[in-house]
Amino acid sequence: MTEFEPKIVAFCCNWCSYAGADLAGVSRMQYPPNVRIIKVMCSGRIDPLFVLMSFLEGADAVLITGCHIGDCHYIDANHKTKNRFEFLKEMVAELGIGEERLRLEWISATEGEKFAGMVRETVEKIKKIGPSPLRPKVMQ
Amino acid sequence: MEEKEIRIGVFICHCGTNIGGSVDVPAVVEYAKHIPNVVHAERNLYTCADDGLTAIKNAIKEHKLNRVIVASCTPRTHEPLFRSTCEEAGLNKYLFEFVNIREHCSWVHMKDPEGATAKTKELVRMGVARANLLEPQEEMKIDVEPSAMVIGGGIAGMTAAKTLANQGFDVYLVEKEAVLGGMLRNLYRLFPTGEDSLDSLQPSIATVEGHEKIKTLSSCEVKEVKGYIGNFDVTLLREGEKVSFKVGTIIVATGAIEFEPKGYYGYGKYDHVITQIQLEKLLKDGQLKKPDSVVMIQCVGAKGAEVSYCSRICCMVAIKNAMLIKEINPDADIHILHNDIQAYGAEYEELYNKSREMGIRFIKYTPESPPSVTMEGEKLKVEVYNELFGEQIVFGADLVVLSTPLVQHQGGVEISKLLRVPLGKDKFFFEAHVKLRPVDFATDGIFLCGTAHGPAEVAESVSQALAAASGAGIPLSRGFVRIEAISVKVDPEACVGCGFCVEMCPFQALDMVDGKLEIIEALCKGCGTCVATCPTGALEQRHYQNNQIISQIKSIFHPVVE
Repeated sequence: MTEFEPKIVAFCCNWCSYAGADLAGVSRMQYPPNVRIIKVMCSGRIDPLFVLMSFLEGADAVLITGCHIGDCHYIDANHKTKNRFEFLKEMVAELGIGEERLRLEWISATEGEKFAGMVRETVEKIKKIGPSPLRPKVMQ
Repeated sequence: MEEKEIRIGVFICHCGTNIGGSVDVPAVVEYAKHIPNVVHAERNLYTCADDGLTAIKNAIKEHKLNRVIVASCTPRTHEPLFRSTCEEAGLNKYLFEFVNIREHCSWVHMKDPEGATAKTKELVRMGVARANLLEPQEEMKIDVEPSAMVIGGGIAGMTAAKTLANQGFDVYLVEKEAVLGGMLRNLYRLFPTGEDSLDSLQPSIATVEGHEKIKTLSSCEVKEVKGYIGNFDVTLLREGEKVSFKVGTIIVATGAIEFEPKGYYGYGKYDHVITQIQLEKLLKDGQLKKPDSVVMIQCVGAKGAEVSYCSRICCMVAIKNAMLIKEINPDADIHILHNDIQAYGAEYEELYNKSREMGIRFIKYTPESPPSVTMEGEKLKVEVYNELFGEQIVFGADLVVLSTPLVQHQGGVEISKLLRVPLGKDKFFFEAHVKLRPVDFATDGIFLCGTAHGPAEVAESVSQALAAASGAGIPLSRGFVRIEAISVKVDPEACVGCGFCVEMCPFQALDMVDGKLEIIEALCKGCGTCVATCPTGALEQRHYQNNQIISQIKSIFHPVVE
């Protein structure tokens, strides 16, 4: 019986968190290979539908990442990200998916360690709490 | 929308051993060949090298590819290169898809080749899922205002302004002080040549002030910058009055200030504890009374909690100033207490050696046991633990000079907010790429140079200024720029006129006119925040379409083969 390997979807913005993930690589910071990054120009582009669809498809966790508040390349678009995250969190809890499976993190282009740490922590946590209740049986 | 058959070519890069070292590239190629719509897959030692690029161009022709995927490094560096390769082979560059398997995979899973290979296969699969739905795009062409603004009238800003003006462009040089010159005005003689700072500064000021193409705006503060590359609308405040103009590009040369060592080594408490810049002023004004004993302390406030970085130039400043004191009093006892000397390059090493020959003594202290400065009678008493000899040393000093780092100032922070360009973790302006784009911001049309970017000496600031001016001059001389085709569009049939999107736009690019949504495309920067709000799916972002992103998500969970 092999250990359960979580599948995690991370949405990264072009300017900050994607570059932060790049820096983690350039600095050879090691983290487990459970995360799949999807790049958008801005975290404000992350349609709540994308998050819900990720869970419906079987994601064990979804990470919403973007520039720090005040550092958004698009002035204040990430404020909208924050608002959407707040209601998504409630929704995810309400649906029984578990709010601990959804995480918002502001990661700048210089915060490679923050990105790597976020992935390490999330993988560890999800391994502890187990697969998403929505994860299709075939994937388990 | 293209109706014809989708033919995807996948190029997987070994990047030497950078990717090939932990990812089984041949296995990924085999995997890619079995993904539907992939008609060609190959691997290259370096896809970005000449043979790799040639392979892409040949494959586009030979296999009639209408989508190209390169799986290699981060798109942040090589995407423009691969896009133009596709264009050369007649393929619209928006039909190119980049898959990052180095920064996001091989480099972060170096000890897990199996996991890295499995992940690479999935990343390629996600790339194919997106590539299937890519659409060709036309980029908008925007005219460029043939003028530039340089913010900051120090040596870097003046050099940049002169260079652009000599290329024939109108330059607005904005300085918040009443006079030009910046930090150099406060300095005395410069290392390594020992020339007077004013000898470097005065000719620059004269050229700038006499240049017919340069409009110097001193005692001015930048209040507002709107617009985008080619068309920035700038508003300044000059003695309470607004000054407005339009420029095509902007150079940030706002400089830095000396860290004020409040509370360090009796600074502010004892009169004879001063900073290097204060010492420069005393030397410059000829007011330094012949000192018999001087102690300089390096890295004051630097490489620690308050300022984490090494300020690079302070070691040479200390060595140079110590030598200048030796000129005044050859018998003066001078000790430099340091925590590693930075004397990079042959000339600086030479100066360092020369200072030792002159009798200037260097004592290394460790950050764990830093020196202490107290007052004993009329004289300062300095104690330091000499790491080399393993003993505590005590000496009296007439003067203690603290070498403090250069730091960002409030004005710089304000400019960063106004221009919406980032500061790094050290609070200095943060370039687009540390190696490949060292004087550009990620925002098109804005450049940086000088100590605004971090501690630098004059020659480095000048080199950066020349580079920034050359970058800022390119769009000005070309006369137009192309804007990446990532703006939003609306399907008027599907739009119900709810107007939610209008409030979302950070750039006022959306407007409701008689219940119909209008998009001012030149103002749209392509964040896509409005698209995520649209309840009917009427809004769509070019190149980041809903269906493209959704298909990426789905592909993670649906292995197409195996």
